[in-house]
Amino acid sequence: MNSFTYFRAHEVAAALTEKATAPQAKFIAGGTNLTDLMKVNVEQPHHLIDIRRLPLNKIEETEENGLRLGALVTNADTAYHPLVESRYPLLAKAILAGASAQLRNMATNGGNPLQRTRCYYFYDTATACNKREPGSGCSALNGYNRIHAILGTSEHCIAVHPSDMAVALTALDAKVNVTGPQGERVIPFPEFHRLPGDTPNIDTNLSPDEIITAIDLPTKGFAENNAYLKLRDRTSYAFALVSVAAALELEGNIIKEARIALGGVAHKPWRKPEAEAQLVGKEANPENFAQVAETLLAGAQGFGHNNFKIELAKRAIVRALLQAAKMEEIS
Amino acid sequence: MEKAFFDQDNINDSLDRVDGRLKVTGKATYAAEYQLPNIAHAVLVTSTIAKGLITALDSKQAERAPGILAVISHVNSPGVPAYGSSPAMPERATLGTPLRVFHDNLVYFSGQPVAVVVADTLQRAKYAASLVKVQYEKEPHQTDLEANISRAALPANVQRDKNSRYHDYDRGNPEALNTAAVKIEATYKIPTEHHNPLEPHALIAHWEAPDKLTLYDKTQVIKGTQGNLARAFKLPIENVKVQAKFIGGAFGSGIRVWPHVMAATLAAKKVQRPVKLALPRELMFNSVGSRPETIQKLSIGATKDGRLTAITHEAIAHTSTYEEHTERTVLATRVLYACPNVRTRYRLVNLDVNTPTWMRGPGEVTGVYALESAIDELAYALRIDPLELRLRNHADSDPEKNLPWSSKSLKECYAKGAEHFGWHKRTLEPRSMRQGQFLVGYGMASSMFGVHRNNAKARAVLQADGKVIVQSATSDIGPGTGTAMTQIAADTLNISPALIRFDLGESTLPDAPGQTGSTTVSSVGSAVKVACEALKQKLLQLAVTSPHSTLYNANPADLSVADGRIFKTQNPAVSITYTEILKQNNLPQLEVTEESKPGAEWQKYSMSAFGAHFVEVHVNPITGEVRVKRVVTCAGVGKVINLKTARSQSIGGIVGGIGMALTEESVMDHRFGRYVTADFANYHVPVHADVPQIDAFFIDEHDPHVNPVGAKGLGEIAIVGVSAAIANAVFHATGKRIRNLPITPDKLI
Ligand SMILES: Cc1cc2nc3c(=O)[nH]c(=O)nc-3n(C[C@H](O)[C@H](O)[C@H](O)COP(=O)(O)OP(=O)(O)OC[C@H]3O[C@@H](n4cnc5c(N)ncnc54)[C@H](O)[C@@H]3O)c2cc1C
Ligand code: SF4
Repeated sequence: MNSFTYFRAHEVAAALTEKATAPQAKFIAGGTNLTDLMKVNVEQPHHLIDIRRLPLNKIEETEENGLRLGALVTNADTAYHPLVESRYPLLAKAILAGASAQLRNMATNGGNPLQRTRCYYFYDTATACNKREPGSGCSALNGYNRIHAILGTSEHCIAVHPSDMAVALTALDAKVNVTGPQGERVIPFPEFHRLPGDTPNIDTNLSPDEIITAIDLPTKGFAENNAYLKLRDRTSYAFALVSVAAALELEGNIIKEARIALGGVAHKPWRKPEAEAQLVGKEANPENFAQVAETLLAGAQGFGHNNFKIELAKRAIVRALLQAAKMEEIS
Repeated sequence: MEKAFFDQDNINDSLDRVDGRLKVTGKATYAAEYQLPNIAHAVLVTSTIAKGLITALDSKQAERAPGILAVISHVNSPGVPAYGSSPAMPERATLGTPLRVFHDNLVYFSGQPVAVVVADTLQRAKYAASLVKVQYEKEPHQTDLEANISRAALPANVQRDKNSRYHDYDRGNPEALNTAAVKIEATYKIPTEHHNPLEPHALIAHWEAPDKLTLYDKTQVIKGTQGNLARAFKLPIENVKVQAKFIGGAFGSGIRVWPHVMAATLAAKKVQRPVKLALPRELMFNSVGSRPETIQKLSIGATKDGRLTAITHEAIAHTSTYEEHTERTVLATRVLYACPNVRTRYRLVNLDVNTPTWMRGPGEVTGVYALESAIDELAYALRIDPLELRLRNHADSDPEKNLPWSSKSLKECYAKGAEHFGWHKRTLEPRSMRQGQFLVGYGMASSMFGVHRNNAKARAVLQADGKVIVQSATSDIGPGTGTAMTQIAADTLNISPALIRFDLGESTLPDAPGQTGSTTVSSVGSAVKVACEALKQKLLQLAVTSPHSTLYNANPADLSVADGRIFKTQNPAVSITYTEILKQNNLPQLEVTEESKPGAEWQKYSMSAFGAHFVEVHVNPITGEVRVKRVVTCAGVGKVINLKTARSQSIGGIVGGIGMALTEESVMDHRFGRYVTADFANYHVPVHADVPQIDAFFIDEHDPHVNPVGAKGLGEIAIVGVSAAIANAVFHATGKRIRNLPITPDKLI
């Protein structure tokens, strides 16, 4: 870890001004990801702008009958908020499937989608990594890649995005509100994260000088039929090998609308509108779920150690949809 | 806890931990927490290549960083006298040479300390460490056990020692395997595992004078560390002091002096200040050993009615290029079952990694995993209940040494365990039990761990106020040593445990062996017992010989002792207390030091602890997730000194076994010879959600032969066999035999 200077902002404008004067500075919110990366010299900011005290710490209903999650509300307060629990249980489940109670008490809604990959090589500065050091190469491609991506990869990077929360937000069609020097804008959640392409060092479409102010949830929360299934190497406190956020709108046994987002398989939460469309008007049953799993995984490619994820993801999709349709008990 | 299985006469059998309050209130001082004036902080720079030479080490930038006191490496090390002078042309160390820290420019493994940066604060040291630039000339390295299996060889240290137990072993005619009516053959693999105690290794090295060294170190072997450093720095032994009063777990990682200890000691010498060095978690994977990766081939032959006719067991494990770590991997196979024809082979492969070491249940854990899995496979081949198969082949005496067991309650363990578990509910076929959507599996395995005992000394001092201080240079890595010793002393002296203070964790105390191999109660406990017994005899002697004593001239045979009072058995009113004896004799205190050693009994008996584990797992048939639902374990470990801490030991061992079976694996990227899973996000120790209800039972076993205390030791056996029981349950649930641990979901789908 290097020495750094520190500034605490109390207003969004002050944070943006500070950032304008020190473009290499980093915002710090809960610090649960940034400080870890600083300790292993993956991030070496010389200036930190603490945004924890920004007045973005509320959960409020929006005019469109949705919910606005302040960027600085903690993951814990979000997951246990009565309106989130009752109207967006999928989000609550996804958040609670992540990290540990202590971390969720620190982690913020703005910081969570911005956490960086858990690729081993990204963390080990003794190895090459295009995400950490553009152009140095990707050690995972021909290395140990058990936790890596099977969809949307590039020859430059096969990392996955580790967030659970982001998978649910993608399925729910959330929107990210950001403010920057150019003013405010809204980024639909499915477009927030990027595929690696030849710039794996850039995780999201947020510009470095922008601040996330809130995440908006639309009216529809699929509170009746949803499931977040996270498969991992131990029962709790581990990142997903594969995760599935599934939400259904059912009429009897017939699917009116379906949302499926996958975590642990790509550089961003993975969604495919044509797969979801395929379920509309169909019966909720294992056969139809298996078919949609095939569509979602079309083109999936393993890199050796992670080949199993293709089959595991398909099975997880079926199981998550069965759970969402209340056709399978939850373990 | 059910008392029914534990009716020992020991009144203190669940004494609370004597240091529990200190620990939970944060008052226990661990190695890195000693507040010494003027302390400096050290951070290691470690090699990024697995084999080769350091061609340049540029520390200029680091030395200019704020707060930096020194950057020490082979270029400017104050030197370790025992290493000799640094060679002009460095040569690779011969096998058996512990890593010579900062001695030359040779790299033996990735993660080897190549420099240490010392600064006035930890943060400054860390930052400067990132500025040290090291250039290497790489040589091709070998870190892959399977790829190097053709180099597997009988360890050189075994070849030199004709009494070694690791020589090739043949009993009867192992070729009988070829003609067995039923035969199974399988290869089992365990990955490298790391101990990962919660408290990372740390020490403070303090040269109090140019020839006087004090270490506050996380070590399981206080006297061993003292001797090692005295030899290394050519100091009189009494000039080296080692302190380790509290240890936050170790599981074997603290059994020897590791390179980081030498690095901190050299740093303290250079900067002439006390130096603290605490390993960050990621360095715990390169610095303090590991359980060796091991490949084992098991073949078992049996008659149709399930009598074993032959077993062969071949184990190949990794070691480093500079040291051979050998462990008892194949030894249990020679004795666990009554089988006339047995062959074992033990081989090592040297790799460019750091030296592995003992990790909880060393050797036995690995070997019994393979053996007990193979026995399970045989049970299915024979269509005999796995427990019944084990009973049919019970070894009534030690089939290797042809000696009687000093005591053995394995059959009782099977019976109690099976009863509490409800083993009879198990159906024979794999995939035959379900609960809702889950596949249910029942599995079991035997466990064993040999009894070991070393020489140990203890001092017991009765003070005027009636308190007794008992001392021995042992350590407590968590089992509750201080508590057990307090109970042994209290029982022997017939006084309340509240009057005992047990001191450990300091090299100035009477000699004790390291806390290894489940030997502490048997060795140190015996020393405490004989010391306290001697103290009591001295008091009895004084009671009948001092003229003012109420018991003057009484016959010691007519006397009894209770509550610190000696009295006439027939007339308890005639009595004298311990403190009155001191007073009458004008003694400020009464002190004895005694040594206890193993003796001739070891020629007459074979000594071992035995036990059995029963496990229920649920497996999700779609996603392959395994959940251990409950565990029942039962062990015969001689006398149980403290039921509560014993139960904790058993539970801890089971948790370790769950990790071994389902989650723990250190993966190396052989292109770099580096561990890629070197943090807690990727090295998965079990969390609470992985740990189910665990019921631990003990058989009330009276063994007069093992040692004066009658205790066999429990720390190691608690984990031995657990991974086999789980793997066997997974097979019963799924019909899939996973022979390479850990059993992660990808292996089951
Ligand atoms: C041991 C461990 C286990 C974990 N397990 C899981 C898991 O299973 N699932 C999971 O999803 N997560 C897991 N996490 C990750 C955790 O959820 C994230 O670290 C956390 O959500 C990050 O939030 P934060 O507020 O602490 O972010 P910080 O660390 O403060 O910031 C992260 C990044 O976001 C930027 N940033 C933060 N807020 C804003 C904002 N409002 N606007 C612009 N930029 C911003 C920062 O500059 C920084 O680059 C785990 C973390 C740890 C340490
Ligand atoms: S997968 Fe991406 S993050 Fe991992 S080493 Fe390759 S480039 Fe770096």
